[in-house]
Amino acid sequence: MSVLEIKNLQVQVSTDEGPKDILRGVDLIVRAGETHALMGPNGSGKSTLAYAISGHPKYNIVGGSVTLDGQDVLEMSVDERARAGLFLAMQYPVEVPGVSVSNFLRTAITAVRGEAPNLRHWIKELKESMAALQIDPTFAERSVNEGFSGGERKRTEILQMELIKPKIAVLDETDSGLDVDALRVVSEGINRVQASGETGILLITHFTRILNYVKPDFVHVFHAGRIVREGGPELAVDIEENGYAQFVTA
Amino acid sequence: MTIALDHAPSVFAFSANEFPEINGREEEWRFTPIKRSAGLVSGEAKIAGDIQVSAAELGGAKFEIVAKSDQRKGFTDRVAAFGFEHTTQVASLTIPNNVEIAEPIQLDLRADGKTVAGQIDINIGHQARATVIMNYSGSGAFAGNVDINVGAGANLVVVSYQDWANDAVQLSHHRISLAKDASVKHVVVTLGGNLVRILPSVNYQASGGAAELIGLYFAAAGQHAEHRLFVDHSVDNCRSNVVYKGAVDGQGAHTVWIGDVLIRANAIGTDTYEINRNLILSDGGRADSVPNLEIETGEIIGAGHASTTGRFDDEQLFYLMSRGISEDEARKLVMRGFFEDLLTLINVPSINERVRAAIEDRIAGV
Repeated sequence: MSVLEIKNLQVQVSTDEGPKDILRGVDLIVRAGETHALMGPNGSGKSTLAYAISGHPKYNIVGGSVTLDGQDVLEMSVDERARAGLFLAMQYPVEVPGVSVSNFLRTAITAVRGEAPNLRHWIKELKESMAALQIDPTFAERSVNEGFSGGERKRTEILQMELIKPKIAVLDETDSGLDVDALRVVSEGINRVQASGETGILLITHFTRILNYVKPDFVHVFHAGRIVREGGPELAVDIEENGYAQFVTA
Repeated sequence: MTIALDHAPSVFAFSANEFPEINGREEEWRFTPIKRSAGLVSGEAKIAGDIQVSAAELGGAKFEIVAKSDQRKGFTDRVAAFGFEHTTQVASLTIPNNVEIAEPIQLDLRADGKTVAGQIDINIGHQARATVIMNYSGSGAFAGNVDINVGAGANLVVVSYQDWANDAVQLSHHRISLAKDASVKHVVVTLGGNLVRILPSVNYQASGGAAELIGLYFAAAGQHAEHRLFVDHSVDNCRSNVVYKGAVDGQGAHTVWIGDVLIRANAIGTDTYEINRNLILSDGGRADSVPNLEIETGEIIGAGHASTTGRFDDEQLFYLMSRGISEDEARKLVMRGFFEDLLTLINVPSINERVRAAIEDRIAGV
């Protein structure tokens, strides 16, 4: 079983006023089959954690370690991390004009699996996965994310996760900007991956709303660049009722 | 702002001497490496003869070499006038009224290593439809022009494919004239040549005209590819859509795109949009992009322009790589994608196939 281990992770970004600390020592362990909700107010550094794990060049790691099944993730390039089994569903998925969704997915799957998928199987697999997420089949031939609504982009992120079958998936505010129907469809996708038992999920969210659909095993409260409280699903109920202020002042 | 009006021509002539000499500091020449023009800009070039033009797949069209006459508008560019002045005979392609030709007509143009002039006329009669592909290849230097007259209600697709050898020079004006309800799709593909400078211009003779101007260019080290457009909305209810995209890669690679669009006071109901995008693939390359839009009437349907020039978008590369795609493969995907939507607009199968293959060649070398 795969395990992602984050130890005392410290991250800075460069600003005009010099380096700024964003993550101040994050410790977190996510195992395949587990679902972790990482919750916190805006600006607490949640997205930075997601990007740092994925290797975005904007974030400088100044301390700590991240390993996947004992392998040093921080030594890997962005694409190596993905091939090692890490996946990031982005908060703001990027448009790639002129590159069709099907071409993009086939290229990604080929890279991650190490060989091109059998064409007939692949078309069937893609069709079924798109149908499950209620993505219009014509989207396969559209440019990646170009002209997609917020909800369409998020569904396409989950589509990628379902096809890539990562060891660890980080979902960065996948619930933001979704209406109730889209939230349900996206959550069902996450639950299918969860049910496989082979993927560990780190669900980053500001709101408790998605936790009505996706049940976390663990809840972590994030504030000022570190985890300030940990617990089970009951912690999310506490946040829903009492907000984040109780942890901030603690 | 009267930028486009300043660019609107004031001299119409058939010989170079009618224009002031070019010193390279003029607005319309400031980007051009005139020293590399084989004497065509200075006028010192010795013209060996006319460019060789051969036609194939004529369908119902007629191709002939005819005597030169001045029964046309004077030229507005010194080198264009120089080219006409030194042309002896005109290569003339005529598509008769009401004729529809499905297969593209092929015009093959060669300078055969010489310095040549030339005039190509393409006349398509009313209600006719055709596609014409002009293919320039080999070495040499060429100053000459293409006059494209589209009859009422006719529909012409004309492709100018600059597939020159890397030492070639071309300076050309493409003058498009649209009759009532005529439409043209003018496609420029500039991949070869040391110095290529093409000036596509559109004039509307009556209302209802529609011009789609599409350009694809890729300058490698030492290549200069310049496209200067002038769309003159002088009558009402006409449309124009300009989409030019290019890439530069290597030391001294230089592309220039100038898009002048003028909507004159009486051109009510005009609908125009122009866009230019440039991808800089390596250090040492440069892309200049200058859209100029001047509007003299508010009673239009729309008018807009956009221009972007930049390197690979880091966020696009990060996104693709975060799905396991290597950096090299991600760059290739973005580059192919960059040109792919242009191919959708070009939509001439034989051209799309050639362009795709040429881009793959270039991508392999990046």
